[in-house]
Amino acid sequence: MTDARTHTRAVLEGPDINRALTRIAHEIIERTKGAGDIVLLGIPTRGTPLAYRLGERIAQFEGIKVPVGSLDITMYRDDLRLRPARPLGRTEVPPDGIDDRTVVLVDDVLFSGRTVRAALDALGDVGRPRAVQLATLVDRGHRELPIRADYVGKNLPTAKSEQVKVYLEETDGREAVVLIKGAGQ
Amino acid sequence: MNRHLISAADLSRDDALLILDTADELARVSDRSIKKLPTLRGRTVVNLFFEDSTRTRISFEAAAKRLSADVINFSAKGSSVSKGESLKDTALTLQAMGADAVVIRHGASGAPHRLASWVDGSIVNAGDGTHEHPTQALLDAFTMRRRLSTLEGRRVTIVGDVLHSRVARSNVLLLRTLGAEVTLVAPPTLLPVTVESWPCEVSYDLDSVLPKSDVVMMLRVQTERMNAAFFPSAREYSRRYGLDRDRLAKMPEEAIVMHPGPMNRGMEIAADVADSARSTIVEQVANGVTIRMAVLYLLLGGETL
Repeated sequence: MTDARTHTRAVLEGPDINRALTRIAHEIIERTKGAGDIVLLGIPTRGTPLAYRLGERIAQFEGIKVPVGSLDITMYRDDLRLRPARPLGRTEVPPDGIDDRTVVLVDDVLFSGRTVRAALDALGDVGRPRAVQLATLVDRGHRELPIRADYVGKNLPTAKSEQVKVYLEETDGREAVVLIKGAGQ
Repeated sequence: MNRHLISAADLSRDDALLILDTADELARVSDRSIKKLPTLRGRTVVNLFFEDSTRTRISFEAAAKRLSADVINFSAKGSSVSKGESLKDTALTLQAMGADAVVIRHGASGAPHRLASWVDGSIVNAGDGTHEHPTQALLDAFTMRRRLSTLEGRRVTIVGDVLHSRVARSNVLLLRTLGAEVTLVAPPTLLPVTVESWPCEVSYDLDSVLPKSDVVMMLRVQTERMNAAFFPSAREYSRRYGLDRDRLAKMPEEAIVMHPGPMNRGMEIAADVADSARSTIVEQVANGVTIRMAVLYLLLGGETL
């Protein structure tokens, strides 16, 4: 998949993504001392299936059922006025809510940090968690806000002009993380 | 999507589905303890009502406030309009105040269309004369879709005063776009002459249509407009076109009963039918806020041109 102007390179393949998620699941269990009071909330579109996969792994390793949901942040974005109104994603908060629990936000790519800032605002309207942590499959750097991830699948040094795209079976029918060079903004 | 919402006919199938899908997600916000979203912070929505309306105005007001917009209510009574100001001068005043959207209800068909050429903001038609009321049609479609899961191929019967009804016209246009089959039932005197060109069927006999309906929508008999002997008496109208318990029994098991409100209980709809589990009348009110949030978000939430 190479043409004159853009150059695409796969950074992670299916098995790499699986291994990264397995490690993150173990780290979550370790850091939260057994994952007993956590809630996993995926940020649509691709954070949601990642959150469910982490939930399955934690259930497998610890034998407990972790509440999993999704948190759409579209209405909280700070760049809404730069583009036409976009369609909304699904927000699904587990029935027991998030009050006094440790919420682990799950996203596919951590870049400027603005999505996570919006997610923190959205979270405040849903309840009051005891603590909030962040898990991301890829951290590509170039933060514009003082935000960092607690769990990272892969640190990927990138140029700002490059694009990182995550493909998942549930949303795209294939598994890969690719780096697109020279795609521009 | 268009910058204005003036007619249901302006909506393509994709536009209509986008509004309904957005409303589906927004409906979940109404279940939360904090029912507010910051999305339209700093935007101004003007409710410009030249005709009396309680439910539509407060529905738009609630929708705009839940999206954090500033709301200015302007009703013709006790305002500069009662001193003789023209629609154009009112529009220029609103323009000078910097309205991002104007929600207008007006007694004259076409007023929102005229307004759109005078102000920069988005115009939302909240009912103009006997022309259209697109957000009512959207909330009706949304209510049907939630109850019946899809509108494709569903048979919708609209009963009553089609002649004076902007709700009927908007519904016929939108439901057609969404793939439903619409039948209008009314006495011949209460059908507009152009009805043959509408994309729907027409019948004068309610009893024969009921068994083939998935949705029966009763329109209000607008007693304030019944000044030209459109039917012999209220009782006769009620007997031939009113929905009572016996007629409800003729409808298929899953079929629902709708009414845009306000109702004349005992006239077009019997009280026990209006209060039955198959009636969606209260749901329609709640869905009205949700669908208007979706419309305001899609018109004002993104970049403005």
